[in-house]
Amino acid sequence: MSTAELLVPHKQIQAAGPDEIAQKCLYYMHMMREVEDRIERKLYRQGKIVGGVYVGRGQEAISVGTSLLSEPEDVLLPSHRDMAVFLIRGVPAGRIFAQYMGRVGGMTRGKDGNMHMGDLKLNIISIISAMAACVPVATGAALALRYQGKPNVAFAYFGDGATSRGDWHEGLNFASVQKLPVVFICNNNQYAYSTPLTKQMACANVADRGPAYNIPAEIVDGNDVLAVHEAGKRAVAHARSGQGPYLLECKTFRMTGHSASDGADYVPKNLWDEWGKLDPIVRLETRMLDQGWTTKADLEELRTRIRAEVDDAVAWAEKSPLPDPSTLLDDVYES
Amino acid sequence: MPTTYLEAIREGLWEEMERDSNVFLLGEDIGHYGGAFKVTAGFLEKFGEKRVVDTPISESAIVGASIGASLMGLRAVCEMQFSDFITCGFDQIVNFAAKCRYRWNAAVPMVIRAPSGGGIHGGPFHSQNPEMWFVRTPGLKVVAPATAYDAKGLIKSAIRDNDPVLFFEHKGLYRRIKEELPSGDYTVPIGRAKIARRGHHLSIITYGAMVWVALEAAERLAEEGIDIEVVDLRTLLPLDRATVCESAKKTSKVLLLHEDTRTGGMAGELAATLTETVWDYLDGPIVRVTAPDTPVPFSAPLEEAFLPNAEKVIEKARWLYRY
Repeated sequence: MSTAELLVPHKQIQAAGPDEIAQKCLYYMHMMREVEDRIERKLYRQGKIVGGVYVGRGQEAISVGTSLLSEPEDVLLPSHRDMAVFLIRGVPAGRIFAQYMGRVGGMTRGKDGNMHMGDLKLNIISIISAMAACVPVATGAALALRYQGKPNVAFAYFGDGATSRGDWHEGLNFASVQKLPVVFICNNNQYAYSTPLTKQMACANVADRGPAYNIPAEIVDGNDVLAVHEAGKRAVAHARSGQGPYLLECKTFRMTGHSASDGADYVPKNLWDEWGKLDPIVRLETRMLDQGWTTKADLEELRTRIRAEVDDAVAWAEKSPLPDPSTLLDDVYES
Repeated sequence: MPTTYLEAIREGLWEEMERDSNVFLLGEDIGHYGGAFKVTAGFLEKFGEKRVVDTPISESAIVGASIGASLMGLRAVCEMQFSDFITCGFDQIVNFAAKCRYRWNAAVPMVIRAPSGGGIHGGPFHSQNPEMWFVRTPGLKVVAPATAYDAKGLIKSAIRDNDPVLFFEHKGLYRRIKEELPSGDYTVPIGRAKIARRGHHLSIITYGAMVWVALEAAERLAEEGIDIEVVDLRTLLPLDRATVCESAKKTSKVLLLHEDTRTGGMAGELAATLTETVWDYLDGPIVRVTAPDTPVPFSAPLEEAFLPNAEKVIEKARWLYRY
């Protein structure tokens, strides 16, 4: 499959067979991993990217498994660990590299960095740094979808840390009171910066909070992309049918520091080892080989192709100019 | 029939909702109850629950949902029951709404209505003037009308604006101010001050309820032969520096007046602007009459001492006139 074919037809995916879904998931998980590896392990270390670098290594199954379910008119609010949302909605990888490099070709034209990006033409709403702020905004987007009579859904992404914030609770409560079509998708990666889950909340699961708001909640293995995809189908179907919001907790692990400048020495070594064995890409590849959906040669060919695509994207971004200081005052207001 | 300041806001909201089906309201107690001040009384019956949304007591959700809906093409008009409670939605306003256009070219055409101001014995949490928290946030627009005419014209402009607008409506003016308004549709442009009274001896630059204090002081000073010009800012951000500077050039003496507390108030920004721009025209120091740097006190003698009034303005204006 070419990139162009992969980008367009996510509408058809629900009718696709399991092998086709697996192919798409594998492509986007690999793409996300490769793009983020270049950002964190090459361009950042080369000094070509300055400022904050946040990646979703080990968490690729969550944004891939869920956002492949989105219809073009659905609205998505990806967190900083959900790179695949941008790729699946059709943002060229070059624009993402340019964004990280502060170049004009980036989605914010150098006005903001890293994963702080959005595009209303693609129905992606940009996060702000205080992550839980997106939750009430997603609720409002869903309110607008219903107001406009559209059969669409808002996908609100966040981590476990965001669920400690008041506006997370305000947003869930309001969405449930109004029975709005929102799918709340938590990547529970066990750490909020250096703070482990046990210091973050006294309940065992983020999903435990759903019933308090009369929101159905489900826990899924966040490192099994096909399981995430299946759970996502239930969540989206619930929201789309007018029954109100749904909370999906994807259990995973952040296989990196909070940011590129964080060595994460606070994470016990055995956790890296245990979760390393559950890598979502390796798991999917193993399953696909077992099922006969792919071959080792195909997998090698895919990796080669993705590396070439990403090479081209980086080259494109490096050619994109840095912003002219004369644009400093532009776009504070419409006029 | 004269229209009150409160009725003017109601008429503006009503007409804009009739004019544009994308305009909708949300806030605490605004629907069935008609709002704490009854600004939205009758709206639910006319426009229905879809367009008049009663919300939980969740300012962050109210502002955040307004942002989300406005990003998707609606025009949300949300109400903070008292402007003092706007703090609970602060992050959504200054970090989310204000920065969307600059960061990723996304329009957030929403309005936050916020009943503000003292003189109603509301105490520290029902009397504040929080406008300057937002005036120093690029990307927001901040308006504070003094008259019924401007209240109606500015709420309409705010709703039609494609940037987030904070609309500070002074509670003390709600039922105190009455004017004959023109029939039919009209708007007042955001970003333009107006000369509320022409004079040539001294300029008082002010906004909100203090416009009426300035006008009262001007009437009384006229009896002494002191001819005061009163500039009503109407919009605080973006600030109409040109009109302020023109008035200062004409009168050469400037008194800055606001109900908000002193430090970091609008007067400081105006004084710096005047010094940078029209220093050569000034014949005296720029003086301020403001509330002192305290919370808004509850008990009547304390609140009276806190609020600027005509006597305080007259005393300073006389001193400056004679300088």
